[in-house]
Amino acid sequence: MEHSLIGKRIQRKEDYRFLTGAGQYTDDVELPKQTFAAFVRSPHAHARLKSVNVEKAKKAPGVLAVYTGQDLADAKVGGLPCGWLITDVKGQPMKEPPYPVLAQGKVRHVGERVAVVIAETLEQARDAAERVEVDYEVLPAVVDAATAGRKPGIHEIAPDNTCYVWALGDKAAVDAAFSKASHVTTLEFVNNRLVPNAIEPRSANAAYSRADDGYTLYVANQNPHVERLLMTAFVLGLPESKVRVVAPDVGGGFGSKIYLYPEDHAVTWAAKKLNRPVKWTAERSESFLSDAHGRDHVTRAELALDKDGKFLAMRVKTTANLGAYLSTFASCIPTILYATLLAGQYTTPAIYCEVTAVFTNTAPVDAYRGAGRPEATYVVERLVETAAREMKMDPAELRRKNFIRQFPYQTPVALLYDTGDYEATLKAAQDLADVSNYEKRRAESLKRGKLRGLGYACYIEACGIAPSNIAGALGARAGLFEAGEIRVHPTGTVTVFTGSHAHGQGHETTFAQVVADRLGLPIEKVEVVHGDTSKILFGMGTYGSRSIAVGGTAIVKALDKVIAKGRKIAAHLLEAGEQDIEYENGTFKVAGTDRQKSFAEVAFAAYVPHNYPLDKLEPGLNENAFYDPTNFTFPAGSYVCEVEVDKETGATQIASFVAVDDFGKIINPMIVEGQVHGGLAQGIGQALTECTRYDSDGQLLTGSFSDYAIPRATDVPSFGLDTRETPCTHNPLGVKGCGEAGAIGAPAAVMNAITDALGVKDLAMPATSHTVWKKLQEKNHARV
Amino acid sequence: MSVKVSMKVNGQPVSAELESRTLLVTFIREHLRLTGTHVGCDTAQCGACTVLMNGKAIKSCSIVAMQAEGADILTIEGVAKPDGTLHPMQAAFKENHGLQCGFCTPGMVMNALDFAKSHPNPTDQEVREALEGNLCRCTGYHNIVKSIVAGARAMAAAK
Amino acid sequence: MRAFEYHRPANLKDAVALAEKKDEGRYLAGGQSLVQAMKLRLSAPTDLVDLNALQDLKALKVEPGAVTVGAMVRHAEVASSSSVLKTLPALAALAGQIGDRQVRHLGTIGGSLANNDPAADYPAAVLGLGATITTNKRKIEGDKFFKGLYETALQPGELITAVTFPVPKRAAYMKFKNPASRFAIVGVFVADFGGGNVRVGVTGAGPCAFRQSEMEQALKKNFAPDSVAGIKVSPDGLNNDLHASPEYRAHLITIMAKRAVEAALK
Repeated sequence: MEHSLIGKRIQRKEDYRFLTGAGQYTDDVELPKQTFAAFVRSPHAHARLKSVNVEKAKKAPGVLAVYTGQDLADAKVGGLPCGWLITDVKGQPMKEPPYPVLAQGKVRHVGERVAVVIAETLEQARDAAERVEVDYEVLPAVVDAATAGRKPGIHEIAPDNTCYVWALGDKAAVDAAFSKASHVTTLEFVNNRLVPNAIEPRSANAAYSRADDGYTLYVANQNPHVERLLMTAFVLGLPESKVRVVAPDVGGGFGSKIYLYPEDHAVTWAAKKLNRPVKWTAERSESFLSDAHGRDHVTRAELALDKDGKFLAMRVKTTANLGAYLSTFASCIPTILYATLLAGQYTTPAIYCEVTAVFTNTAPVDAYRGAGRPEATYVVERLVETAAREMKMDPAELRRKNFIRQFPYQTPVALLYDTGDYEATLKAAQDLADVSNYEKRRAESLKRGKLRGLGYACYIEACGIAPSNIAGALGARAGLFEAGEIRVHPTGTVTVFTGSHAHGQGHETTFAQVVADRLGLPIEKVEVVHGDTSKILFGMGTYGSRSIAVGGTAIVKALDKVIAKGRKIAAHLLEAGEQDIEYENGTFKVAGTDRQKSFAEVAFAAYVPHNYPLDKLEPGLNENAFYDPTNFTFPAGSYVCEVEVDKETGATQIASFVAVDDFGKIINPMIVEGQVHGGLAQGIGQALTECTRYDSDGQLLTGSFSDYAIPRATDVPSFGLDTRETPCTHNPLGVKGCGEAGAIGAPAAVMNAITDALGVKDLAMPATSHTVWKKLQEKNHARV
Repeated sequence: MSVKVSMKVNGQPVSAELESRTLLVTFIREHLRLTGTHVGCDTAQCGACTVLMNGKAIKSCSIVAMQAEGADILTIEGVAKPDGTLHPMQAAFKENHGLQCGFCTPGMVMNALDFAKSHPNPTDQEVREALEGNLCRCTGYHNIVKSIVAGARAMAAAK
Repeated sequence: MRAFEYHRPANLKDAVALAEKKDEGRYLAGGQSLVQAMKLRLSAPTDLVDLNALQDLKALKVEPGAVTVGAMVRHAEVASSSSVLKTLPALAALAGQIGDRQVRHLGTIGGSLANNDPAADYPAAVLGLGATITTNKRKIEGDKFFKGLYETALQPGELITAVTFPVPKRAAYMKFKNPASRFAIVGVFVADFGGGNVRVGVTGAGPCAFRQSEMEQALKKNFAPDSVAGIKVSPDGLNNDLHASPEYRAHLITIMAKRAVEAALK
């Protein structure tokens, strides 16, 4: 191999199957004697179950079984666990109410599962589900997070609907800094609830085999081993060895497919009861009601500055809506992944954040692309931009004045940034966005009756949650390492088994690039396998932009072992000392000579060990590694958004969007750009179009694509992208991760631009045309 | 309430006894086991189920199979050459990284194939408007637009 | 979707006979609204009478002074028909903004009007152009067709066969789309027939499409954007939903009307 594969725009290995309809998503899997499940869901947000009568449904054509919460309780099926224990300000553990697979006595959100009907065909199951008679005693619903603490408790264990009150930072230092500030900027806002809406709906298909008393669960999931671990240990009480979880092709996740969901457990349990495979695939309307949602914070945030614009302190008080139940990682999102990011890119010396997490009669809320970090970035970057406007300073210069410039940098909110160059990304973003000619564009827009605005967002994120021991001390109930295995075949081809899971990220290509590059092999000789607990030794899966930084490093560690063993084999074959063997471009060489053995020859010798040091070395060439990172990685970047607002209608168009990111080393720029594009679109969606609205009875008013607007092609622009590179200091690839950046930085950039265009301090997300128009009306009124 | 339906799918005549309520997409996926056509919503918004019916892009979740009686249906499985060579539009998606998770992709490609027939050299804006009935959550559309512009040109050039 | 019986009559007479015989029978045109509602089990007819084999309903006729669109003509055909584009471009433009291109390949004018969704596009043109709706029984004046939310002048079993649009001197349709559904939050169709005959049809704003007479009067005097720009529409009775308040809709009627006049004059 003449040239490195790192940094190359290699086309994706996975594309051919997706482009020809050969992809295998969970709903595409059809098993022999397949049956189909339909769930009876609560139409009420909060109600007592007086009775659930399944007799008519059981007699409906094609019906094989109808199960209720009582059946699962009788079978001692447990509730779903939460994977992170938060300890509150008083040192008490958070409140963990039971999260049943099927409702037990009460329902707590519209769409909660009351019964499951299993039939020969899907339509039969759905027909019969309509015949399940449920008598509900409707109770008042708690919907609004801000006032939930004053309403009757929806769980016995939390009479004030409060899961925890948690805080981070030095409150006294912050209060002292505020008392001597020359300027304080205050904002109060809602970080709007979002519905992730991966285009592939959730799906699960479980089979049971009497031959080995084993289960196979196909499921649209981002971390099959975690699903298996929690499902077997906490819910079904099975040995892990008896359950195989396969997450085949998965059509997008964005966090929503990390979690344990009741449906997965119901079909798995039922598969044994019926001794038939049971499949369930969400209709989109079910996804809206029962997928874990994201965000939903009510926040008051203050920034204290001195007269020159130096940040002195930040004070943040947030109420986070957790929904009706604690989803798998719900508790750590508005705490560990939120408050720790409030330093942003700045040297703010004192920060205090208090978070009250509440239960409401709405769908559970958990990580959604960015998970805590978009919320933190929104707080920091809206505050900074607003402070600049209030102090009549250039918003970019105010940022520059406060940038962290010395690394490593210990923030006052626990994180230790290893590296970064915030000036470089801001400068590049300003150049690419042609900020110096902005006033000309603004004047030109005005001529056309359009208000133009420009907004920045300089975000930082912490990726690859780590290390496990520190996460454990903070309450994590799982490890946060990753596993990888390199299996070299006798002919010299390689299969890579990774515990990371791809659902659009292109790991089959990126990871193959890393392996082919390190081994000096053509990329065609490297195959990447993921998503099957029976093939992969272990895995923590994909979330938090961790795959390349943690999963990629595990692979590199395994590769190092392969090469080390290969050198021993080559030394034997070449009759040289191991210390004299070099590995380069797919060849083991005796240094300074022309004596060499190819990788394939060494692999062959390992599996056909006729001429082999059997007394010193095991045959075979197959190595694995677990990697637990020593620190988070810290991708960062600068975004510049320009918008044009139609004064008459309030309609907002993104006129241009520039993103300059520092992801450390980049393996495949084409794939990285794609990740940024997608993140930006989701961030723009949060800012402009995506509105999740429950009415006061807890009915979801935005329960379909007819009412919930995920961005369409006409809603987003073509993006201007660039990167700057400060390699991560603590992993061998120097990589940081790129999956969430766009969704983290975009909302603040867009809202900073719109508020600039309108000349207002704040505006609620999503800034729909209606919202913008109303704000313009208020403003015009105020002037009169 | 069963009915007999006959149509041509990817050039092959097919017929079946179906429940009359069977959607075209269900017929394609469950009965013909052509699972490249996907279902992403229940309100005919997402376009993942797009196929060509008599050459025109339609959402196969939005009609019952009987409405396609006698029609000529093309699904994603019928687009590449029999030897497996990608159609220029498929190739353009690959070259321009116009797909990530792949779930919306068949619908995108099918709609693009139809669109490109009348737009041999489209502008970005024309492509964006043509995608009004196709939702993608991964790509931010940037590379899908690039792919369709390139694919349409390649199709025109191949004529 | 609940089970139903499917029928495909070969002619109009059989279609009507079938529909009249069945209590819960529905005509099936393009299916772009009906099948969706059935999938969500919001609509559950016992019988579907598919009109696809009725060739007579698929004619698109352009004559001097009138465009007649058969009930089963798809939106895409109206949008791309060269004779419609020449004779009544505003109607083609309206048809080209309905739903999305896949929906336009199947959706029909007859289905759209019979459904009378409050946010559908065609009703604005029916009122804005003073169209005549022909059914198997009679001709219905456009102005008398829309009766309320999803309610029309059609009697049970009555079937739209064609819609005839008079050709104005100039016309245009302006639509402000719902960001999610892409239906009209407000759509305004403005047509000037000359001689003081001006019509303004509004969709999306109320329970069903309606004419805006104040604007018609103003445009009669002077067909110019400024004639309507100052008209403040009352929000009373306008739709209120997540996407737009009555006040916003009222405001958009004025803005869309102004822009439609501008476009008609171009």
